[in-house]
Amino acid sequence: MLTIRQSELDALRGHGEDTYPHECCGVMLGRMEGDERVVEAVARASNTRVDSPHNRYNIDPRELVRIQRESRERGWDIVGFYHSHPDHPACWSQTDLAEAHWVGCSYVITSVEQGRATVTSSFALAGTMEEDKRFVDEELRVLAAEAAD
Amino acid sequence: MKILIPTPLRQYAGKQDAVEVPAQTVGEALSRLTAQYSDLRRHLYTDDGKLRAFVNLYLNDEDIRYLQKENTPVRDGDTLSIVPSIAGGCYYLAVGF
Repeated sequence: MLTIRQSELDALRGHGEDTYPHECCGVMLGRMEGDERVVEAVARASNTRVDSPHNRYNIDPRELVRIQRESRERGWDIVGFYHSHPDHPACWSQTDLAEAHWVGCSYVITSVEQGRATVTSSFALAGTMEEDKRFVDEELRVLAAEAAD
Repeated sequence: MKILIPTPLRQYAGKQDAVEVPAQTVGEALSRLTAQYSDLRRHLYTDDGKLRAFVNLYLNDEDIRYLQKENTPVRDGDTLSIVPSIAGGCYYLAVGF
């Protein structure tokens, strides 16, 4: 299960609207609680796939190093990543799976149809290593902005 | 030097998010890390001993591919980040949708 405040969910969905018709991408920061992931903040990242931004994304590892450093200073971990699918369903693709390597983390996908965010889905990357990884549907639990954990 | 362990690999490194090892080079640091935590090796390297293609190594803020790769010298206070790639896209929808 992925737990996220409404404000952070709105932020990652809004990112997809801002970058439409291109895919957006970013990092979810927070903490791991057993099999659950709790998001404290989302961090926008740049999509380096300028050759095909409407259907591909890539986060520069150098940017991730910076995000990770800032996250550690706040006592947070990287708990997952998000990106958008412009005019495509919020379902993982074979490309998404092939390029996913953070086993144990959540991958959130938002469908952005004609510039408006519609469905947001979350998938846990399960498995023990690269050769048996798979996406598993997971519950996306949304907390009201005022709710305390 | 300090080696930052990414979330997916912490279970193989004693659940630690960082490991300190003495080393002169990046390669030596990784050797010491995988010697101490042998389960990490198969996650970082292929069967023929090469670093997996999706594993990026950053010494402080520099990709070691653009330095001296695993021969890159390290100093006290340096940080080596292990960063699996993050990419994807809606190209090729999942079968069954």
